[in-house]
Parts: sequence; structure tokens; C-alpha cells
Amino acid sequence: MSKVIHIKRGLDIPLEGAAEKILQTPSRTAIYAVKPTDFHGLFPKMLVSEGDKVKAGTPLFYDKYNEDVVFASPVSGTYKQLVRGAKRRILEVRIEADPQDDYVDFGAADPKSLSREEVREKLLKSGLWPVIRQRPYSVIAHQEDTPRDIFISAFKSTPLAPDMDFVVNGQEESFQKGLDALGMLTDGDVHLSMHSENTTSPAFTEAKGVVLHRFKGPHPAGNVGIQIHHIKPINKGDIVWYLDVQDVITIGRLFEKGIYDASKIVVLNGSEVLKPRYYRVLSGVNITAFTQDNIRKEEETTPRFISGDVLSGEKIPPDGFLGFYDGQLTVIPEGDKPELLGWLIPKTDKFSVSRTFFSFLMPWKKYRLNTNIRSGERPFVVTGIYEKVLPMDIMPMQLIKSIMINDIDKMEKLGIYEIAPEDFALPEYVCPSKIEMQTIVREGLDSMQKEFA
Amino acid sequence: MKALHNLVEKVKPQFEKGGRFQKFYRTFEAFETFLFVKGDVTTRGSHIRDAMDMKRTMFHVIIALTPVLLFGMWNVGMQHFKAMGEEAAFMDQFLFGLIKVLPLVVVSYASGLIVEFIFATIRDHEVNEGFLVSGMLIPLIIPVTTPLWMVAVATVFAVIIGKEVFGGTGMNILNPALLARAFLFFAYPAYLSGEENPAGNFVWTQAPADQAVDAYSGATPLAEAATASAAGDVSASQMMESMPSAFEMFIGTIPGSVGETSTLLVLLGAVILVATGVGSLRIMLSVVVGGLFTGLLFNLVAVNPFMELPAYYHLIMGGFAFGTVYMATDPVSASQTGSGKYIYGFLIGVITVLIRVVNPAYPEGMMLAILFMNVFAPLIDHYVVEANIKRRMKRLKPVAEQSA
Repeated sequence: MSKVIHIKRGLDIPLEGAAEKILQTPSRTAIYAVKPTDFHGLFPKMLVSEGDKVKAGTPLFYDKYNEDVVFASPVSGTYKQLVRGAKRRILEVRIEADPQDDYVDFGAADPKSLSREEVREKLLKSGLWPVIRQRPYSVIAHQEDTPRDIFISAFKSTPLAPDMDFVVNGQEESFQKGLDALGMLTDGDVHLSMHSENTTSPAFTEAKGVVLHRFKGPHPAGNVGIQIHHIKPINKGDIVWYLDVQDVITIGRLFEKGIYDASKIVVLNGSEVLKPRYYRVLSGVNITAFTQDNIRKEEETTPRFISGDVLSGEKIPPDGFLGFYDGQLTVIPEGDKPELLGWLIPKTDKFSVSRTFFSFLMPWKKYRLNTNIRSGERPFVVTGIYEKVLPMDIMPMQLIKSIMINDIDKMEKLGIYEIAPEDFALPEYVCPSKIEMQTIVREGLDSMQKEFA
Repeated sequence: MKALHNLVEKVKPQFEKGGRFQKFYRTFEAFETFLFVKGDVTTRGSHIRDAMDMKRTMFHVIIALTPVLLFGMWNVGMQHFKAMGEEAAFMDQFLFGLIKVLPLVVVSYASGLIVEFIFATIRDHEVNEGFLVSGMLIPLIIPVTTPLWMVAVATVFAVIIGKEVFGGTGMNILNPALLARAFLFFAYPAYLSGEENPAGNFVWTQAPADQAVDAYSGATPLAEAATASAAGDVSASQMMESMPSAFEMFIGTIPGSVGETSTLLVLLGAVILVATGVGSLRIMLSVVVGGLFTGLLFNLVAVNPFMELPAYYHLIMGGFAFGTVYMATDPVSASQTGSGKYIYGFLIGVITVLIRVVNPAYPEGMMLAILFMNVFAPLIDHYVVEANIKRRMKRLKPVAEQSA
């Protein structure tokens, strides 16, 4: 095993409401949904019509610009309703669930005995392909590419992140099976990055057919983009794929049992959760399944439900559905109350990287942070703080500026291929000018993709 | 808090679209956001944001400026009574200075903020906080005798030409406060250089020159050094005798611009800026290193007494310390890259001492050195960025060979 890669720059934001390691299985909800908006740049075309019976694994829609990529139903039931937003954009494809799941049979097989084409075919058919994403651009991988390498992060470092050792527990074999399948898809290596101390599960430490790496340090050490940068950076023309541990497990189950078993373990946490825990649910679950009677009720505060983590998750309504790639639901208070001289008075309930608040004197303290943006947007003024939370050989401010002026050449030279919006979540968090960097990065990636399409 | 907030909410419709004072919305908003952090929540990207914002950043610079401001006020009074040959109590000295300095501060803020508000309204953006610092810096880096109308003209010039034409705070190339000073010194040389101005006052001390006691020269140590050096036939030790002692210069009981004289209190400000992370230690240190380096170099080749002056003298004379801590570190006009900051700071130190020692026409070099390097900072950054790009390209090669 290679030496430990020590990430020195970064920031762990100490939030209240970490989850206990208790796994519960809530009862099924009536409605499940697949949200085409979870897949960046997707233009969905429906394959089913209202009232159709579907099984778990029945394709619901496909990508207009890449027809082989289909998106399957996570449950068996009846396709009920399409929820549309502005410009008739499809937001949710809702399925009314049956009490029991009925699966489409794709046939069990040992991935090692299959050819690359057969593995790919199985993933595409079963609607599992979209779990594989690529860099550059951070979008669903293209099935005709052969990636240079495939990267998987076996730990998360985001605020209140789920413990992947706990999540993988009992699913070790499926995980290994999934790794075997992924190994068939690349001529390069499958890289699995672990935390040097916290990762102990044999599913990771004794994984076969992969190259193991060990990382330590603050967030974003667990971000796959940072890991790729330190293991084998992406250069122009390279394509690498990446996916989450739970998605590897789902792929493993496909080959073990021949079905799309969409169950995953989701952690519910955050300062507004009464009993933060882990739940075994199906992908596309309505979050009321496990938030009911578990959210702090106060007269003055409304909770915000975030599918994913607080840095790059998505805001969803209290009766919304969990995002396709998310294994976490975070609930924090909205910060919609004005605060008298809030910028001046150094209250102890505020957390800051700067030493102008007292949080640096209390490293043990956990915070109940809210969603207040704290200031209007300003131009860049303060320099040198973004580098401190982006452990890559990339100049964040210069890159962001090149995106702002849409200078394709500069973006390319400054390393846009290596980044995804989530890598700029911390620079965005610390920015005193409150510049929306993740949005800017996404715009930059979009214009690069368009340029080379 | 509730009552105050209700009041703000009550008058708010008047300033919003369709209200009677809708033209003043940006002005209203500036005061509103000063009083309250608004209840605006994140809509995209990170759901939580760091508690640090622009207001707090700027506010910490103001905190760091407070010691030199207070000392400057006292020193103005102290120098006045010294020139007049009168004894005065500490509070009298301070009050005299307060009365002289406060109008400078008020005029600087008022004229600058009016321009800021107008531009914010025309451009329809929020009023930026940058001027909070510039407005405090301007009175601190000019002689106390500067007429108020000049302060206003210089401030308006600096804010419009130095900042707003480039797009406002964050876009400017030159440090606005220094630009105001440069404007004064080049537009009104009769008033602001030399030892007396047309009004018959000392330039650096608020006292009529013809009524002052004979022993009082009213000149800054830098001017004295330059004069002595130009005269030629003095030795370095004679020259140093004519100047205030190093200790006096360190403490700051010498004539000079309002806030620049006390190296000690500037150091205190530096500690505040560095401890809170608002000011860049990199820049401060490299300016000092650059200044000392050049000072020592001159000591080696010393051909005139000014060159023989101990190198550390440069750090405590004139505006070196003040410029290093408060002006060179302005993040917008300084170099914005990590290694660029070292080069930028070092060259400021070098050029300052160079101007002081080599250029007889201009005793103080700090202002010009910083403005000069402000102009070059984008160039420095350009090369630092190019270096990063090259490094990234190099990385490409070994990987390409590997896969080949």
C-alpha cells in the first residue's frame, strides 16, 4: 500500500447533530420519485405513460441526447404523475408504490466472466448506468468512453458526513462484486481511497482488484476530486469515472441477484433533528418516511431540508424526495431573521475561519449554523483565503475570474478539467464577498462542454 | 431591536420601487444593512456561509487604525505646543489635536461616501464597504495643516479616478487613499512640500511658522536627513544629531503626517491585523526585508551621509511603518497571489529606500513606491499564474509518457 497522502489545507465545519450509529428501517412511503434534475444536463424523454404498471428496474425515461442511458424505477408500483416546473421542465417522475417490490430480472452473472460490452450492457439496461459519473464536467459518464481510471472514495469528509464503514457493514460481498464489475470497464485501475485511520472495514482495507490509497486531513480530503488530483491528476483529454460506495454496492447486487435493488442507507442529521440516525430506504424515497416527528419544532425557526450535505446539497421541500446521488439528509434552521448589528457583535454562536470571531478559541464547540447569507454579494476583495481551503495546485480566485469572463483558454490552463462544483464549496463557504462559486464553476464546466461538444 | 427593526421596515416602502425616495434606495440599503444583517438566506450553492463578511473585514482595519489615530491626535497637539514654546497638559494637547484632526476625518468620509452613494445608485449595486477604510486612511496620511477643501477635492478625485472608473471597490488598480495623497502632493506642492506653506504655517505642525520658537524646525526627520545630505559636507553622525533620536522616531513624538509618526502603535495595529488574519503578514515582512536589504546595501557603498544612515532608521522614519502595515497590504491593489506578495512587498521596500536616498527632490518614497508597485502587481500576478500553468503543463508530460 502506498504512503499516506496528507491533505493539509481544508476546513472541518463543526456542526451540531451528528448521527448515532443506529440503523432503522422505516415503513414504505406511498410515493417514490425519480428527479431528472438530479442529473446535470439531462433532457428526459418519457418511456411510460400515466397509469402504467412498473417494476423495480423498469425504465421510466431516457436521455434525449444519449438514448442508451435509461433511468429506472426504484420500486414497483404505478407511474402516477409528472411534476413539471418552469418551462414545463420535468422535475419529478412519481411512482405510487406497491406494498411489495417486484423486480425486473436482468439475470445474475459473475462480472469477471463477462466481456466489457456485456457488463456495460447490463448496467445500461438496468438503469444503473447513471450512478457512474465522469470528470471532467461532473456529469453522467458516456458509455462509449473507456475511462483512464475509475475512482471511489471510501470515506466522506463533508460536514456531518455518514460513516461509510457503518454503511458498508454487511454488504461487503456486494461491494466487492461491484468493484469487480467496474474493473471490467477500464484499461486503467480502480482506485479506492480510504481514510488512514478511520477506515477499518475489511470491505475497503481488503478490497481486491483495486489500488488502495490512504488519505488524512480535514475536509475536502474525502472529495473524490481532491483525491484524483493527488493520485493521478486529470489532464486535457483524460476521462476518469467516479462513483459512490453505495452505488458500487448497488452494482454488485445487480450482478449477484440480477435485479435493480435500489435500497441504500441514508443518514438523517443536522441540528434540527431530534434523533439523528441511519435509515435503510429505497432510492427516491419521500423524506417524510424518516423525518416525521423527528424534527425540532420551534415557533421562530423553520427548518431547511437538504438532500446531501450543507455545502453542496440541494434544498428540498419538507415533503420532498431524496436526491439520486445522496446518502444524507441534513436539516438546519433557516436564517431568515434579521440580526441587529450582526456583522459587528462577535457572538459565540457564530463560526468563522477568520480569527475575527471567537470560534477559533473554542475548537471543541459544535455549532447550530443557519442559512443566512450574511451580506450582499461583493466583488473579490480579500485574497489568499481561498487557497487555504482548496488543497489542489489550482489558483481558485484566478480560475473563478477566468470563468466569469468566459475565457475558455485560461480556464483550461488553470485546471477546470479537474474540478467539480463540490470542490469549490469550501471556497464559497469562506468567501467574505459571498460570491456564488459553485454556480460559477458549473457555468464554466457547461461552457467548456459546449465548446468541445 | 424589534422596535428599531419595525421602524426600518416602516420607512422601507418609501425607498423601494414606486416609493417617494426610490432614488435613495441604495443609500437606505447601506444604512439598513449597517444596522441589521438582513434575513436573506442562501438559495444556491453552499447552504451555510462563514460569519465573516466585508463589513467585518473593514471594521477590523478600522480597529487596527484606532491606536495611531488617537496617538496622532495627541501628537498634533504636542507638536503645536512645542512649536509655540508652551507647556500644556496631556488632555489639552489631545483636545487641540482632536479639534484639528476630527474635521479632516469628517470631510474625508463625507466627500468620499457621497461619491460612493452616487455611484452605487447610478450602477444600482449595493454600497461597498471599501471606503470605510480609505476614508480613515486619508486623514492619517496627510499633514494636519491640509485645508479641508483640499481634503475634499483629493478624496473625490481618488474615489472617482482611482476606484469608480475601474468599476468600484475590488476593481481598482491603485490604492485610493494613497492616490488622494499623491494628488495633493502633486497638485498643491506649494502647500504640501517644504517646511512652510503659503499660509505661513509649518506644513507638518499646526502652528504659524513666524511665531514658533527658534529651536523648532518643524521638519520631518526625512526632510532633515535629505537637507543635510544635500548640503554635502556633514558626516553621518552630525546628520543623525540634527535628527530626532531613534527612540523618539520609534515612539512617534516627531512632526509628520497625522497617523504615520508612531512606529510603536503601527506595530500594535500590525499585531491586530495579523492576529485576526485581515492583513497579510507576507507583505508586511517582505516590505521590511526589502527596506532593510536596500538600506544595508547603501551602507556598504556609502558615498554620502544619507547612505551611511543605519538601515533600521528607514523603518522608523516617515511613513515606512504605516505604509507597510496599512497601505501595502490593501488586498485589492496588492499582488493577489501567494508568491507574488513576496515580490510585491520586497520591491516596495527596495524602491522606498531607493527614492529616499537617491532622489533628492522627494524625501519620502513610501507613497510612490506603493503606487508604483500597485501598477506592477498585476504583472507580478501574471507571471505567478503563468508559472502555475507551466507547472501544470509539465505534469502532463510524465503522465503522457507513462501511458505511452
